[in-house]
Amino acid sequence: MLVLENIVTHYGNIQALKGISLKINKGEIVTIIGANGAGKTTTLKTICSLVKPTSGKIFFEGNDITSKHTSDIVEAGIALVPEGRRVFPKMTVMENLSLGAYLNNDRNKIKNDLEKVFDLFPVLKNRLKQVSGTLSGGEQQMLAMGRALMARPKLLLLDEPSMGLAPKIVSNIFDIIQQINSEGTTILLVEQNAQMALSIANKGYVMETGRFILEDSANTLLNNEEVKKAYLGES
Amino acid sequence: MNAYYLQILTVIGINIILAASLNLISGYTGQLSLGHATFMGIGAYSATLISIHLGLPFIISLIIGGVVAAIFGFIIGVPTLRLKGDYLAIATLGFGEIMKNINLNLKITGGPMGLRGIPQATNIYIVIAAVVLTIFAINRIINSRVGKSFIAIREDELAAEAMGINTTHYKILSFVIGAFFAGIAGGLYAFFFRYIHPSNFGFMKSIEILCMVVLGGMGNTYGAVLGAIIITVLPEFLRTVSPVISQYRMVFYGLLLVIMMIVRPQGILSQDFDFTLFNHGLLGYKKKKGGQIQ
Repeated sequence: MLVLENIVTHYGNIQALKGISLKINKGEIVTIIGANGAGKTTTLKTICSLVKPTSGKIFFEGNDITSKHTSDIVEAGIALVPEGRRVFPKMTVMENLSLGAYLNNDRNKIKNDLEKVFDLFPVLKNRLKQVSGTLSGGEQQMLAMGRALMARPKLLLLDEPSMGLAPKIVSNIFDIIQQINSEGTTILLVEQNAQMALSIANKGYVMETGRFILEDSANTLLNNEEVKKAYLGES
Repeated sequence: MNAYYLQILTVIGINIILAASLNLISGYTGQLSLGHATFMGIGAYSATLISIHLGLPFIISLIIGGVVAAIFGFIIGVPTLRLKGDYLAIATLGFGEIMKNINLNLKITGGPMGLRGIPQATNIYIVIAAVVLTIFAINRIINSRVGKSFIAIREDELAAEAMGINTTHYKILSFVIGAFFAGIAGGLYAFFFRYIHPSNFGFMKSIEILCMVVLGGMGNTYGAVLGAIIITVLPEFLRTVSPVISQYRMVFYGLLLVIMMIVRPQGILSQDFDFTLFNHGLLGYKKKKGGQIQ
C-alpha cells in the first residue's frame, strides 16, 4: 500500500533521513521505534509532504506521491495525527472535527463519520462545545485521532500517541488503535514506547540516526536481544 | 452636523475599513503585517490617477483602486508569506518603504509635492455604505469554509496543512482580500481630503492601524471596529477636556494605550468573546463551557 524507496531528507545541511526504505501492506499495523532524534517524525512528515525529500520515491497504492502537495496526499487517503496532538486550541471539539473533514463536502458522509468517531471516542460526544485547549492530554489525543479519521484515511499515520499520557490512558489509546485497524484502516505507528507498539504491530522497524537498523516481524523484534536491551528496558 | 464632526466620522469610517481588513490578515489568519497603510496608499494613488487621467466615475475608480491594491497584495504575498512572524513583519515593512520612495520619486504621483486638486467625491453616506459592506463581506468570509481555513492557519499551521488545507494559498488569499479593502479605504481617503502625499501612507499609519486591531482585540471584527473608533476619537476627545491635557494630549494618548495593554492584553473584545454573554450581563471575562456559564 505504501512504499518508501531510499528516501533522503535534509533540514538545511543536516541529513535527517539517510536513505530509508519501507513497505506497508494493506490492513497492517507497522511501527517505527527508536530514540529521540532518530528521524521517526521526519519520516512521517516526509510521507505527508510536510517536508520534501531530497531524493527517493514514495508510492501510495501504486501511484508516485513524492512531489505531490499535502492536500493531494490527504485526499488520496493518508492522514496524520501529529506529534504532540496539535489540536486547534481555541476551537471547540466540533470545529476541530469538522476541520478534519475539510476535503469532504458530502454532509451525509460527514455525519456518518462523526458517528463513527463518537463510537470510538464516546468522551468527545459530551464535549462538543468545549474549547479544545481545555481538554486533558488523553482527550486531546483522542480528538487529534478523531480529527484525522474525519478525513476518511486508508492509511493513518500516528506520531507518538502515548506521549505524556498516563499508562492507563495509553493502553486505552492502543486498544482504540487496534479497533481502528480492525475496521479496515492501515496504520503506521511511530513510538518511543516500544513495548506497547510492538505488542500491537505486525511489523516493526528500528530507527537510529536516520536509518533503519532492523526490520522484522513485531514478535521477532520483541524477542531480539539487542532490541530488548536498547528499547525494552530489559538487560 | 458641523464639518468638524463630519470629518471625524468620515475618518472613523475609513479607519474601521482599514482595521477590519488588517484584522482579517493579522487577527484571523495570524500573519503579522506592518505594511497595511501601503495598500491604502496604492488604492489612494491608483483611484486618484485613474479618475484624473481617464475621467472614470468616482465609484469605478474606487473599486479599481481596491483591485490594484489587491494585485499588489498578491505580488507581495507570494514571496513574503513563506516567512513567519517577525520575518514577515519586517518584509512587509520593507515593502512599505519601497512604495513610499517610489511614490516620492515618480512624476505621475506628484513626487514629494503630493497629488492635489482631487475632486471632492467621498461623503459620509458613501463611507457608511462602504463600512457596512466591508463588515458584511468580512463576516461572511470568516464564517465560511475559507474563514475556517484562515483561523486554522492561525491556530496551528502544521496541523492545518495536515488537514489538507493549502496554507500558502489561503495566506495569500487573506492578504489579497485585506489589501483590496485597504485600497478602497485609501480611495475614500483621497477623495475626501482631496490631497494625498506618500507620508500619509507610511509606517506610522500602518502602526496606527495595527494599534486599532490589537487594542480592539485581535481576531474579532467588532473589536477592530471598536479599536478604530477609540484610536480615532481619543486624540480629538483629549483636545477638549482641559487646556493642560489638550497640550499634552499625545502623551495621554500614549499612556492610555500602555494602560490598556497592561489591563487587557487580549484587546477590549477578545477573539473568543461571545455576544451571547451580553444576555448575562458579563463582558467576555467568562467563557461558555458545554453550554453552561461557569
